Amino acid sequence: MKFVPRGRVALATAAAAALMLTAAACSSSSTPGGSSSTNGGAAGDVTIGIVNLNLDNPFFSTLGKGTEDAAKALGWKVMTAAAKQPGDSATQVTAIENMITSKVKAIVLTPASATALNDAVKKARDAGILVITVNGTLDPIDTADATYATDNVQAGKLIGQWAKAAGPADASIALLDFDLSDGPAKGRHDGFLAGYGIAENASQVAGEALTKGTIDTGQSAMENLLSAHPGINLVYTINEPAAHGASTAIQAAGKSGVTIVSVDGACSGVQDVKDGIIGATAMQFPDRMGSKAVEAIATFLKDGTRPPSGVTDSGTELITDHAVSGLASQDSTWGLAHCWGQK
Amino acid sequence: MTPATARVAAADLDTGVGSSSWWRVALTGQVTGPLAALILAVVIFSTTTENFFSGANLALVVQQSVVVGTLAIGQTLVVLTAGIDLACAAIMVMGSVVIGRIAVSGNVWLALLAGVVVTVLLGAVNGSLVSLASLPPFIVTLGVLTALTAGARLFTDSASYPIKSTLLTALNHGPRVGGVTITYGAMAWIGLTVLMAYALTQTKWGTRIYTVGDNPHAAELVGINVKRVLFGVYVVAGLIYAIAAWQALGRTPTADPAGYPTANLDSITAVVIGGTSLFGGRGGVTGTLVGTLIVTVLQNGLTHAGIDSLYQQVATGVLVVLAVAVDRLTRTRQSR
Amino acid sequence: MTTQTVLQARGLSKRYGHVVAMADCDFDLRAGEILGVIGDNGAGKSTLIKALTGALVPDTGVIHLNGEPVSFRNPLEARRAGIETVYQELGVAPALEVSQNLFLGREQRRPGLRGSLFRQLDKPAMRRASAEHMADLGIRIQSIRQRVETLSGGQRQAVAVARVAAWATRLVVMDEPTAALGVRETHQVLDLILRVRDRGLPVVLISHDMPNVFQVADRIHIHRLGRRVALVNTGDVTMDDAVAVMTGARSPADVPQVQVSTPDEDASSPKGTDHGER
Repeated sequence: MKFVPRGRVALATAAAAALMLTAAACSSSSTPGGSSSTNGGAAGDVTIGIVNLNLDNPFFSTLGKGTEDAAKALGWKVMTAAAKQPGDSATQVTAIENMITSKVKAIVLTPASATALNDAVKKARDAGILVITVNGTLDPIDTADATYATDNVQAGKLIGQWAKAAGPADASIALLDFDLSDGPAKGRHDGFLAGYGIAENASQVAGEALTKGTIDTGQSAMENLLSAHPGINLVYTINEPAAHGASTAIQAAGKSGVTIVSVDGACSGVQDVKDGIIGATAMQFPDRMGSKAVEAIATFLKDGTRPPSGVTDSGTELITDHAVSGLASQDSTWGLAHCWGQK
Repeated sequence: MTPATARVAAADLDTGVGSSSWWRVALTGQVTGPLAALILAVVIFSTTTENFFSGANLALVVQQSVVVGTLAIGQTLVVLTAGIDLACAAIMVMGSVVIGRIAVSGNVWLALLAGVVVTVLLGAVNGSLVSLASLPPFIVTLGVLTALTAGARLFTDSASYPIKSTLLTALNHGPRVGGVTITYGAMAWIGLTVLMAYALTQTKWGTRIYTVGDNPHAAELVGINVKRVLFGVYVVAGLIYAIAAWQALGRTPTADPAGYPTANLDSITAVVIGGTSLFGGRGGVTGTLVGTLIVTVLQNGLTHAGIDSLYQQVATGVLVVLAVAVDRLTRTRQSR
Repeated sequence: MTTQTVLQARGLSKRYGHVVAMADCDFDLRAGEILGVIGDNGAGKSTLIKALTGALVPDTGVIHLNGEPVSFRNPLEARRAGIETVYQELGVAPALEVSQNLFLGREQRRPGLRGSLFRQLDKPAMRRASAEHMADLGIRIQSIRQRVETLSGGQRQAVAVARVAAWATRLVVMDEPTAALGVRETHQVLDLILRVRDRGLPVVLISHDMPNVFQVADRIHIHRLGRRVALVNTGDVTMDDAVAVMTGARSPADVPQVQVSTPDEDASSPKGTDHGER
């Protein structure tokens, strides 16, 4: 009897599954926003493109919504598209190409990759489209016309400096990172070390682990690090969900006196600062990135003035209820009034 | 009796007839390879790192395995029918946010019930598309995954709900034995594995799952209702994902629509490393339990060894390919 | 040797649009015989077999099983009536044990609470019964708990034959059971078919392989252009004659045929005359 290997299909299927899960699989739906009524001098019949990233994440959805709202307030139409996750540049390239064909006046891009989008962006600019990146930069930085972003190195520095001043004197540090090939993740990581005043392989660093920037992955990573190095007393986290998970792990292990620092300024994170779960966090302002980008586009459309090349910092603010002298900060009450995402 | 019949000595056949405990049956077969790999990994990490081999750390490994391990039980059922469930973690997350959101304002028992209803219904959606509509499981569950990822976010408006109810976090508690907490969630995971091992190896239901996965044509020829078996498998898997959702709420006391981003592929990894064939019809939940532990031990152990997390993924990837290759090789050898 | 007719069909037809797959076809199977069914490719052998085993419903015609009129709407009904079929392949589950394959779809539960409440299968009893059954049929395997995939091709088909022999109460249909097998394995399966007959089950053997059919069949049904053109005793014709009739090179009238009852007569007591005991 001969057995036909039915399995070949299954195997191919599984391989395809892995590919699709890690690669594209997302929409580039175009949604002409609002009515075409004009309420502003420069409006006319302006359409801009907004290329988003990972709208599952409230940070990016705040950023996308901030951009969209600012554009619609000027009576513009918007075309939107979103890549599902960092690294999914293929979707963004397609979206940019579609927007060039649709003759948008400008594109606000949250880059999924620092380099993979360069050709598409160049094509857009050659077609006379103003391209502004938000939250992240392209490499080289002048590939886009301008960038509005959090200075992540600065954000990392703020919490590093705070940790040095307010954290444990004899520190044993855990670093809960996100994939360091991601620009903002690397910036925060480097900034924290610089702010704390130590080098990458300093003896104070007990261990490092990768998270996916979520609560559960933060918790698992912290559990493993604590198990390996029970003396850890200072934890740098890539973002507040990871910090929240780390805190759960620390409590479960029955440890006290462990300081957690983080970056983001999401409302849930600021609440964790208020609740004493996170010692300090560096708040970023995603809606400000979007609105600044739209302002720059409006200026350009009015008189042709291009925004300054390179990164314009959209600002960071240290949020902590344990202020230290010589380091400007805001308390959690102020933070809750200015945070982003669901309160 | 013909001369040919007389040739067969009864002793020739006796070897196979003896009765043996069902749990022994569940443990033998394809579990030995993964079990050896697990023991090897534990031995290596125990001898090369300082803190790996301690009651607290080993209990931690178990706790970290609970959610993915429970998901992987449902995944095993599906894979045994030569299917794949790419939506397992998404269904669990949907269940957990439904529970979390209802629990904020309402009765926690009602919330839990609603979670079960949602995961079972989603399992039934998968099941009816795979069985009645005869669509490939890969496409069906990919569709459900994609829709649910957005659905969970729409349902919660991207917010996460902190879980305060002691009922909902109950599975993260449990008796302390020798300074180590054995959580009810871990007990539920292991208990469910034992229950499913029994159901798969000792009941008609289980035999039918293996038959349908092994040779659906033969199953049809002997009168097995293949579509009903397939539908049932996805529904039971949905029910198991509800248990995983409850465990997840205990372990990370937040109902988070963005939570457990890796649990999906982790569950498939655990199933494959545990020796269940992606071609269907062979393997079982005991192997999956071992496979889950292997994945967790690698993550935990390599962290103890101070090795970059990226190598953990490399190691897991190598194991997956190895497991599939071993499966392929044994099948090729045996079908000659 | 009894002359009772187990399965009889008269005037079966089946059309697919303009294509006539079966045209006024008759069929007779007696108790205790192996009936070879031969025919060229496209002659419609499988249409006939499907009609007899419930895999298709004929447009016209009647089928009697042990004298009772029957009409099967699906294979399950035919199986419930006691007709079991072996296929060229696909019939076994390779990853399952031999005993599981014998009880495929018909598993037995343990007696008492273990069966009724805990739904536990009675594996020891099924293994015991399987072992006895395999021994009765003279099928040699190392262990009843072997997975079928560890068996040779001939042994696998033997398992499939053993299964139908175990469950069939009226007759067994074997559709090209040796087509995928080597010479030695083919002979093992043919021996097995003889033993199944000797245990009292009539066998319908569809095969391309003339020497095989002539080796084991008691009578041969020659199928051509959608109908039975001749029913002969194996000893009465040569292989060359049979092939000539099958291909149309010779007229069926040129070979000595078996007389069978007409449709008008009571199917349970056919007056067919036998050309002597073999």
